[in-house]
Amino acid sequence: MLILARLLSVESWKRWIWSFIRLVLIAGLSFVILYPIIQKISTAIKAKTDLYSPIVVWIPEHYSLENFKNAISIMDYWKTLLNTFTLSATTTILTALSCALAGYAFARLKFKGSNLLFAGVILTIMVPPTTILIPMYLNLKDFSLMGIIPFITGKPVNLLNSYWPFILTSITANSLKAGLYIFIFRQFFRGIPREVEEAAYMDGASVGQTFLRIMLPNAIPSIITVLLFSFVWQWNDSFFTTTYLTSSNVMSTQLSSLPYNLSIVLGNDASAKDPFYLSMVQDTGILLAILPLIILYLFVQRYFVESIERSGLVG
Amino acid sequence: MKLISKLGMKNRTYAEQKALLGFLFVLPWLLGFIFFFIIPLVNSFRYSLSKIEANAAGMKISYIGFENYINALTVNTSFNRTLTESIINMVVNVPLIVIFSLFLAVLLNQKFIGRSIARSIFFLPVILASGVIMTLETSSLVQAVNDQNQGSGGAIHALGAYELAGLMEDAGVSESIVNYLTSAVERIYQIVSQSGVQILIFLAGIQTISPQLYEASKMEGATGYEAFWKITFPMVSPLILVNMIYTIIDSFSRNEMTDLIKETGFTNFDFGLSSAMAWLYFVSIMLILLISSYIVSRKVFYQE
Repeated sequence: MLILARLLSVESWKRWIWSFIRLVLIAGLSFVILYPIIQKISTAIKAKTDLYSPIVVWIPEHYSLENFKNAISIMDYWKTLLNTFTLSATTTILTALSCALAGYAFARLKFKGSNLLFAGVILTIMVPPTTILIPMYLNLKDFSLMGIIPFITGKPVNLLNSYWPFILTSITANSLKAGLYIFIFRQFFRGIPREVEEAAYMDGASVGQTFLRIMLPNAIPSIITVLLFSFVWQWNDSFFTTTYLTSSNVMSTQLSSLPYNLSIVLGNDASAKDPFYLSMVQDTGILLAILPLIILYLFVQRYFVESIERSGLVG
Repeated sequence: MKLISKLGMKNRTYAEQKALLGFLFVLPWLLGFIFFFIIPLVNSFRYSLSKIEANAAGMKISYIGFENYINALTVNTSFNRTLTESIINMVVNVPLIVIFSLFLAVLLNQKFIGRSIARSIFFLPVILASGVIMTLETSSLVQAVNDQNQGSGGAIHALGAYELAGLMEDAGVSESIVNYLTSAVERIYQIVSQSGVQILIFLAGIQTISPQLYEASKMEGATGYEAFWKITFPMVSPLILVNMIYTIIDSFSRNEMTDLIKETGFTNFDFGLSSAMAWLYFVSIMLILLISSYIVSRKVFYQE
């Protein structure tokens, strides 16, 4: 009896120590993740005078919204926000649609050569986007679609500096990381029991109806995953946006040119030469750029937290 | 949908219908695959073998063989260095990220108070650590200065890593391993911020393992440690492969090689050289992918 009691206490000690270690680890790492954000918030609400004040580390002595005002005016924030949102939302929805179709076909509607084509999907994941960047660029600059467009209008169209490159690639499920989304959808649809589908056929549903009425409603977790990923990655992407959109303003191009624009606006003001001040406004700019994403994340995060196993990431 | 079924499906069997619709569903992707992937890929290879002169009249492409490749490897000053650097970075980071994310996934799968908050925080890097934000973050001056200012905190941190290193060296761990681990500690933010998706994948995998296995092993007297190595690890081992590949691919978007290729193409307008670089880069990544997946896939356990 005594031995058992001691054993129990050792066990419970072990448990306590483990949960303590776990708490420290998770709290520490959470801090590491949140640190840059907290840092940016603290920088953004500081007044310029606090920048050199030795007593101010985190909590500013003089609060000010000056940085926000500057960043908003320089980035042309509201217009940029609208542009970015339109672009991201359009590509996201189109990508999710086309990828869901392709993913379902690869998972359930097998035809001759579909496995070979799926190998093609894997290939699109593997090849770095840089490899095809230049031909894509030249192709979009004189977009002819194998000579069809010049035949109608007389000359190829220049699709650069419009949203067309993004729309075309996302309609055809070849946009940024689309291969990954097809993969996610395929894994997910493979996980739905065949019986569900067959029951629908028995009741007289066509293949298309089964997809729309039965499969898609069941695929909501994976749809959410793909929507979030695609939206966020499009929002943050600077690789394609800086190549295809040279003058249109979206968040990522604005952010990367923010320091430059800032120094132009400030002109010969003494503070223009001050790299700390530039950095301060830049931090505010980043904060403004990720703010919509964080708000979005707050709404959808429960899908990750509760039901990851159904998100289709694992088949 | 109705039109299609009226047109072609009257006299088809169920399997044929499915095959036809399957092809139709894949068709958008297939068109995009041909126009926005295969043709550019072939073109890129063609450009890499030729000299390209672009002017107002259009492009003049003349075949010059492997000159661009030789140029990239021997003449260009930064190509070799950038390529080896980005590959070394990749090789160093990938195992760390995979191991770290597996560990965290196991941790986040356990029951504790505030688990959902912790999970939300750990998935946050999926959103924040991509693209332009990541690049700008590293150049934030205020942050760097603040890190410097917190002198005491920084010193303790450095001291900790230093002491740990000394301790391990005394214990006879080889120096290269010690250096690897301490550098990992110093780059903890980089690692944490790159492992969001990987944690997600591992967590999803762990949650599909049936609880009966754990119960049975507990009955037989296995400790949590044993249960991890004998159950969790083999069950998620296919995902280790997936995560490894994902991590390698993910590093495309944030490395100097990409910048160099882009700069050569769009600032210096040397399309041929840029394509050659891109192909060399692609081939080297393929090699890494093949070698590493060959090594890992031999250890992977599949249930079927």
